[in-house]
Amino acid sequence: MDRPLVVVAMSGGVDSSVAAALLVEQGYRVIGMMLRLWSEAGTEENNRCCTPDSMAQARKVAQTLGIPFYTIDVRQRFFDTVVHYFLEGYRQGVTPNPCIVCNRVIRWGALFNQARALGAEFMATGHYARVTAEPGGEFSLLKGLDAEKDQSYVLSVLNQNHLAHSLFPIGNFLKSQVRDLARKYNLPTASRADSQDLCFLAGGDYRSFLERHIPDSLRPGNIVTREGEILGQHLGLANYTIGQRKGLGVPSTHPMYVLDKDVPNNQLIVGPKEELGSDEMWVNELNWVGKSEPAKSFQAEVKIRYKAPEIPALITLVEDDLAHVKFERPLRDITPGQRAVFYQGDVCLGGGTIVKKGAKP
Amino acid sequence: MAVIEKVYLDYAATTPLDERVFQVMLPYFKDFFGNPSSVHEFGQIAEGAVENARETVARCLNASPQEIVFTSCGTESDNLALRGVAWAQRKRHGFCHILTTPIEHHAVLHTVNQLSEQGFEVEFLPVDSSGLVDPDAVKALLRKDTALVSVIYANNEIGTINPVSEIGLVCRERNVPFHTDAVQAAAHLPIDVLQENIDLLSIGAHKFYGPKGVGALYIRQGTPIEPVQTGGKQEGGLRAGTHNVPYIVGLAEALQITRNELPVRSHRYIEMRDALIQCVLQTIPQTRLTGHTIQRLPNHASFVFKDLDGNRLLMALDVAGYACSSGSACKTGDPRPSEVLTAIGLSEEWTLGSLRVTLGRSTTPQIIEEFSAVLPELIRKQRSLS
Repeated sequence: MDRPLVVVAMSGGVDSSVAAALLVEQGYRVIGMMLRLWSEAGTEENNRCCTPDSMAQARKVAQTLGIPFYTIDVRQRFFDTVVHYFLEGYRQGVTPNPCIVCNRVIRWGALFNQARALGAEFMATGHYARVTAEPGGEFSLLKGLDAEKDQSYVLSVLNQNHLAHSLFPIGNFLKSQVRDLARKYNLPTASRADSQDLCFLAGGDYRSFLERHIPDSLRPGNIVTREGEILGQHLGLANYTIGQRKGLGVPSTHPMYVLDKDVPNNQLIVGPKEELGSDEMWVNELNWVGKSEPAKSFQAEVKIRYKAPEIPALITLVEDDLAHVKFERPLRDITPGQRAVFYQGDVCLGGGTIVKKGAKP
Repeated sequence: MAVIEKVYLDYAATTPLDERVFQVMLPYFKDFFGNPSSVHEFGQIAEGAVENARETVARCLNASPQEIVFTSCGTESDNLALRGVAWAQRKRHGFCHILTTPIEHHAVLHTVNQLSEQGFEVEFLPVDSSGLVDPDAVKALLRKDTALVSVIYANNEIGTINPVSEIGLVCRERNVPFHTDAVQAAAHLPIDVLQENIDLLSIGAHKFYGPKGVGALYIRQGTPIEPVQTGGKQEGGLRAGTHNVPYIVGLAEALQITRNELPVRSHRYIEMRDALIQCVLQTIPQTRLTGHTIQRLPNHASFVFKDLDGNRLLMALDVAGYACSSGSACKTGDPRPSEVLTAIGLSEEWTLGSLRVTLGRSTTPQIIEEFSAVLPELIRKQRSLS
């Protein structure tokens, strides 16, 4: 009973299963847990985060490892926070990343708090990321050793309290090694579908989801230039992303790109490639992983999407919750609503939500 | 697999096999393995064991041996009683009205639901806030075409014991077959089918320290009934299928032991149960006892805590070393308000936070004391999360 208690968030997939196995081997007292997340009525079978199938798989893994396993219901909370955030984003004409919110309020919210309330010292997950304790009692969030699989991006919303009580047992391994370990421990070796789809869409497409929940975001309107010239009709702002070229159906001598969305007027603003790029942007909803805020102005590498390359930039804190990011070269796909995450080498400093691109806040 | 070093307080879910029962079962797995239906001596020995078991069960319930049918579990007994009688009543008399309660186990509830899809008219008796069925209500709702009345003897979720004898009398006066699901009751109450005017009574061995996978149904002589499982001529043609000899022997032995030890154990259970109930109600705010305060199973304490996720409480208790139940098993983290708790008039803010603590032979006053000391803090922590 003296061994430290760890709650492992299990999905039934190879990563979290191996994470659990490693913790058992390291001598922790391990508890497996799975979250029941929200899906639209009738689609629960396909929610890749918590289908009955993946639940059965996780249960089986727990039995193989000889650890107890529980599921906890967070459907209402998930809907009120994550799904609400997703819909609100589209209502405002941005492209939200609900997984970030899920990590903040569900995994490192509901589940983390539940784990701690049970007396667990740590919550562990199957993320490819690492935590190190620095001298002076500060914890750093590092990229996973497997650069291909690194998931520190989605963990950039964590804070010192989270890191002090989080374990990422597979962060020090390559994916191939994790698969080998799964075989060694006699665990399932299949990854959960590496789909970019959102779990609560449960295989359905997000357009029909939006149609049911915010039909307004799919209301047709004008496609216009910055100068206000009407070029055609769009099929609802939610159908387009910044930087999109294909599928606009706009007759023009040169290719036209989606530059912006004017939600109040329901207009899609397009223009030539030259107007698309920008070497600066503004971010809010800032989170700093470290113990204290960074310097007023600092250099870092910035990722503007989960799988985007890192671009060096100068970040300047302008207000309490507003920062200016100046890239060393223009980027074409700065997308409001997405998360910008800051790195210095392997260290993830934190991030913010992209509010807008350009020089003016 | 390692032995679990946790405190088990879920004896209403199931009980461990009594060592004495285990010993009497053993010879019938390998040494006396015959099929009771066979002509030869192997078969005769097995048949003798089954018939002895039948006599024992009959004696324990104050029935005749030919009135006992062995089944695979309490659920099967309920299924045979309800379907078997409903079908026979419809065939013989055209009776299609079934009277039951909203606080039945799913074995009854889901069976009558299916019967209602097949043309039977199912009517639910009212229950009061403690889960009691009023015999007068039965009297008022009985009809000329009532095929069957089924009222649970003691409820599994809230422990309330129904006035079975009075209900039975009402039915007897109108010549309507009366079934009672005594799966919980048989472990704790001295059942007497004759005195209590019962026509059909279901039991399952694993609730009283017998093996899982065997049950029995008492069917009063003359009760109209048809088989549900058809095949060979076993059990008077009412329940086809080769006898599970060691388990039947085990059921009888377990029931006999239970009956012998019942007075002493009941007394112990009631003391511990009442201490627990008193302590929980005193130390935990926004708490209610569910079920009847006195007319309840001796080993059964059940509560609801307002604004609490009962599943999470069970998890927290398990982690803390105590195995309890919410009353109705759910492992998927999918909280649905229990039909029983809804039927006794509780709103959803209460029903989702249910806890059932059921005591058994290994429970000691010290365990109850320790449990009572741990519970308030666990509940406070879980409540603070929501």
